[in-house]
Parts: sequence; structure tokens; C-alpha cells
Amino acid sequence: MSLIVSTAPHVRSSLTTRKIMLNVVVALLPCAAAGIYYFGYRAAIVLAVSMLSAVLSEFIWQKATRQRVKISDCSALVTGLLVGLTVTPTAPWWLVMIGSIFAIIVVKQLFGGIGDNFLNPALAARAVLLASWPARMTAHIAVTAFPGVDIAASATPLVGAEASIMQLLMGNVPGAIGETCKIAIILGFVYLLLTETITFEIPVITVASAFVLSYLLGMDPVTTILSGGLLFGAVFMATDYATSPMHRWARVLYAIGIGCLTVLIRKFGAYPEGVTYAILFMNILTPLLDRMLPNRVYGHSRKKEAK
Amino acid sequence: MKASFRGGVHPAHHSKRPTRYQPIQDFVSDTVRIIMSMHIGAPSVPCVKKGDQVKVGQVIGEPVGALGIPVHASVSGEVVSVDKISYLGAEPVQCITISNDFTDTWVELHPLGSVEHVDPALIVPAIKNAGICGMGGASFPTHVKLSPREGQKCHVIIANGAECETHLTADHRLMLENSIRIVDGLRAAMRAVDAEEGIIAIEDNKPDAIAAMQKACHGRENVRVQVLRTKYPQGGEKQLIQAVTGKQVPSGKLPLDIGVVVLNVGTCAAIADAIIDGRPLIDRITTVTGAVAQPSNLRLRIGTITQDIIGECGGFLDSPGKICFGGAMTGLCLPDPTLPMAKSTNGIVVYTPEDAASVEEESCIRCGKCVSVCPIGLNAFEIKLAADKDDIEKARRLSVQDCILCGCCSFTCPARRWLTASFKMAKQKIAAKDKAKGGSKK
Repeated sequence: MSLIVSTAPHVRSSLTTRKIMLNVVVALLPCAAAGIYYFGYRAAIVLAVSMLSAVLSEFIWQKATRQRVKISDCSALVTGLLVGLTVTPTAPWWLVMIGSIFAIIVVKQLFGGIGDNFLNPALAARAVLLASWPARMTAHIAVTAFPGVDIAASATPLVGAEASIMQLLMGNVPGAIGETCKIAIILGFVYLLLTETITFEIPVITVASAFVLSYLLGMDPVTTILSGGLLFGAVFMATDYATSPMHRWARVLYAIGIGCLTVLIRKFGAYPEGVTYAILFMNILTPLLDRMLPNRVYGHSRKKEAK
Repeated sequence: MKASFRGGVHPAHHSKRPTRYQPIQDFVSDTVRIIMSMHIGAPSVPCVKKGDQVKVGQVIGEPVGALGIPVHASVSGEVVSVDKISYLGAEPVQCITISNDFTDTWVELHPLGSVEHVDPALIVPAIKNAGICGMGGASFPTHVKLSPREGQKCHVIIANGAECETHLTADHRLMLENSIRIVDGLRAAMRAVDAEEGIIAIEDNKPDAIAAMQKACHGRENVRVQVLRTKYPQGGEKQLIQAVTGKQVPSGKLPLDIGVVVLNVGTCAAIADAIIDGRPLIDRITTVTGAVAQPSNLRLRIGTITQDIIGECGGFLDSPGKICFGGAMTGLCLPDPTLPMAKSTNGIVVYTPEDAASVEEESCIRCGKCVSVCPIGLNAFEIKLAADKDDIEKARRLSVQDCILCGCCSFTCPARRWLTASFKMAKQKIAAKDKAKGGSKK
């Protein structure tokens, strides 16, 4: 009788990398569905192009560099979907494609692949697109529940257009494909919590600190958290594993940083929207935050820890 | 209030179901193989030879050194052999094989009477002579735990009935079926060190055991039950102390340094047996579960051979892939089913070949789950990077020595990385390095 001898533990959690990525995809489905419902077939094309080009570019890169092809872990699919959901529905296919390829090749693979990127790939790509084609990236359209019918250019609520809280919640306002419908985002958030894919701290603290700071600065806090990409960024972007801190207090500070920077950029910056840059900035600070505020080790005094 | 600690996981919570309602049954086999090093400390030296007739409870291994405890014959009969075998550790160990004559002839026992009236000075020697060591898995000699050094004073003794490991229900059944003995043992230990408080700590997934122990505590002096939240590793010594007393054991120190001693409930019952009946430790309760026909809780004579035990439980369901002593989080794999169980074997879990299939490491995705579940608060992610690069000095700076090898990080890792195994290796390397250094200084 031959028996396997291995070290403990002999049981593993069922949550694998692939399952985590698929959980994120499922959590993003309500946002994608809302985007397609409001913005029509254009949104569907953008999402298809972004996902396909992300997965394909990862496949080609890994083949070309003779690495094991790991597209089956579905992380490229998530990145592609996130790129698509954060661009405007009028974005041309080539723009979306450039975004996905940049996210996968430059931000993810050049820095070592899954887990080794220091910026959120989808957000870094969005920043590049925003800086390179500002007009095309902000050409928002009014929503239509009837695809193909009369689409007019329009302003988002962040640049002055009036919108009721109900409208903001439901998402029938101009904006990026995935960010407008807050109900869909909250559904996705709940799903991610229930599947233990993420914990609540980063999204909740991010939104709460944006709420508090905007109130202190005399802005309308409810509109602040319900408009633009704050909620979407807090739930799906700020919680990216590789680019957010691991230690308890570092996570808290990271989330406060995102919430506050977003409000500061919106209030005082040249851009109407600040979530992208706020998250990217805190991404860069992540290693420092983790080093600054590590979890306390059991049985060690605080003094010794500081040494 | 339910006490707990930070971090931890909830592994395989269905695994206790098959045995939690299985009452303890006796099983005595025709041959036992008794290992001479069932405890931490120097192995005992065999004092019988091939052909000798032995009685139950007779000393067959003499203790050596301060941590030494005697080993007793668990059945009566003829010594068939005294030889060296390879057991779970690296070093071969001495093993006495006894053929059971089924007369169950005991040596003369010397009971000390009621735990409330016995001379406290007699308790610790009696525990040592009964060959008692920690029965929750760590197998540290119990008389040493109850011998405070200069400047140490034990205030609280915690009877550990958390049983947070997967699969195991042996302590649960013991608490249900022998609750008075546990309280007796706890009281004896308290009187031995003049402790003010005795606390029986039980996870809230065992309400029947909580009720039974509360009833057993009724009318007894300074003992109570503390309910704990069900979470692994709630029964880990450091986590248990934090949950129950709110205090942390300083790194590198012992619980006794902060006035606490933790004893497994099985150990408590063994202490009571040693005082009230004068009976040495010759049997224990073991959960046998997993891929066996009849999962059971058995009272086994120490040294019972694993395959005989599995035979008693109706045999394997399938060809086994892996057999482990202990639960799924910390269990040790058995290379050979002809090896015997020992004083610390709280469970025997059989895994199917599918469950036992080896797990391939994938790329770390830096999810940080290993860091957030670590009950010690270690930076498991960084330690794993250092260990993979064989940078043991960095691992040391990150306090890898404080790792309790609970397995939470490996359990939770979505990339299936072998964190716990790496940490175990790093700890061993650090210990070996320090030993070499200390040796050269002398």
C-alpha cells in the first residue's frame, strides 16, 4: 500500500485564483448589463473589443516570451472587462484596443505578470487614454434605452448637468459604460462580499472619507459619492489585490487617501473627475504603506516592532 | 460574551459531522507497538526485554532527563520484540511490541483519593509517574507545565476543549461522556500549583458539551466554562490564552510567564485518573474518520496499530490516498499503516486519492489573504518570498520563529502556495543555524 506523505494543511479553501477572477466577472455583469441597456449596442461592442484584445494580447505575449500561457486564470478577462467599463460608450474600437493592450503588456506583463504589477492595469490604461485622446474619452452621450436611436453628445453630472439622486442611482445619466448605474455596482459589491472575494474595508472607507471631506468642503456629499466613477472605483479598482495594501491599518489609510484625493481633485484640480488618479497615486504608495503600518505580531511589544 | 482572537479561518466545517454523535467505544487489539518517544524530551529507555511477561500499567520505559516521563504497558501479555523502527520523525525510535493475552491483568495501583483532599505536593509527581503528556497533539510533558520556575506563579489554568481542528470529535465526546473527570483533573492541576481560577474553554459549535461541562462545574470551587467563537485555530495555545484572558504570551516566553497554563481536556481527564485511581496513561480517545466505512470515536490502548484501528472501523472505503494523525490543518502523514498511534494521537483521518492529490503552486497574486488570516499577525507574504529565496535571516527579522504552523495561510491561499511548509523549513534552518553558532561559541 503506497501512501502519499505531504505536509499540512491537507485541506485547501475552494477559492482559487481562477474562481476569484470569475467572481469579479460575475460581479461586473450587472454593470455591463446596465451599460448596454442605457447606451445600446455601442457599449456591447466596446466591451467585446476590450475583453477580446486583453485576453489575446496576454496569450500572444506569453507565447512570444515562451512562458506558460495562463489566460485560463481569467485575470486578463477581468482587466479587459474593467478597461471597457471605464471608457465612454462612444469610444472607437481602436482606442479601446490600445487601452487593453497597454494594460496587459505594459502595466501587467512587463512588470512580471499577475501579482507583480504595481499599478492597476485597467486604470493605468484609462489614464493613458485620457491623457492621449482627451476629447474622445470624454465624449459622453445621453442615455437611450433604445439602441441606435438618436444619440446626442451630453455632459456628465460632474460637469454641471443636473441629475436627481434617483437618476444617479439608476444610472440613466451620461458617463462611462460601467460607472453610471450605482445599483448595479452595489449588487456587484454585495456579491464580492458574499463570496469572500474582497473585504468591505477599502470600498466603505473610501466612499465614507469622500463623503466627509466633500461635506467639509461645502460640496453636496450625496451627489459626490453617487456621481462619476467613485463607487465603481472604490468597489472594483481600489480593491485590486496586487496594488492595494495587505496590512490592516495600511488598508485604512490607503482607502482614506483615495476618498480624499478624489474629492480634492474634483474640487481644486483641472479635471472634473479624480478617481482614476487618486487610485493610481495610492497604488504607488501601497508598498510604503505596508512597510509603515504592518500588522502587530502576537507577543511582540509595540516598541520592539518599531525597531 | 464569546471570546476570540484576530485572524483565522473556517476550514471544512462539515468534517466533524460523521463522528460527533458517535459514542466512545472500546477497542483492544491483539498486538500493541509502544513507542519510547511519545513526548517532547529525551526518549524513555526500555526496561523489559523480549520474552518478558508484562501487566497493564507496568513501566516498560524508564524516563530520562528533566522532560522525561515513563512509558507503561497498555495491555498484559508477552513482550514480542524490542527494536528500532522509523516513526513520524527523522530519527529511528525504540519500540516495544507486546502480544496481548487478553487477561487484562493490572499491576497494583496506588490511588491517592479525592482530588479535593489529596496532598497538593503529591499531585505533580503522580502526574509524572502516570506518564502524562499533552494529549491535544503537542505532547509536552504535563508535570513540567505544572512546575513553575523561580518567579513564576500560575494564576489560571485553562482546560482546552476548543477542538478547533477539522474532523476531530474526541474531546467533544470526552466532554459529553466524562465531564466530571475533566473537572476533577482541572481541580487537581489547580491545587498542585495553587491556581486561583480554572476555565474550561469550548467553541460554540458544541452546545451540548458546553451544557455538560457547566453542569459538571456546578458546586465546584473556582471553575467555570468560557464559550469561544468557532474559528480555527481557536484551540491554539496562544490564541486560546488571548481569547480567554485578553493577554498575549510575549514572543519567546512560555504561558507560565504570564501566569497561565493550558491543558487539553483529555490531559485533565488523564490527571484525574492518575490521582483518583492511581492509573497511568494507557489509553486515550481517538476519532477515526474520513474514508473509512464506520467513522468512530474509539478508546484505544496506547500503541494500537493503525491498520487494526481502521479494520475495527469497517476498513477503508476505497484504496486510501493518505492517512494522517490529527486533523486536516496540522495532521502528520503516516508513511505506513502498520505504525501505531501514540499518546498524542487525537484523530486518524483517511483521505481518498482524490483528496490527497498533490497541489501545484501557482503565481502569487498578492491578495494578502495570508496576511489577514494569520492569527499571529505575521507578514506571511514577505516571509514566503524570503523563504523561497532561502533568505533565512530576512525570515528571522520578519519573526518566522513566532509562526505556530497552524496552516491558515496555506489553507486560504488562492494560488495554492505552500506557505506553512516553507515556514516550517525556515524555522528548522534557523534553529539548526543557532545551534551550530551556540556550539562554536562554547
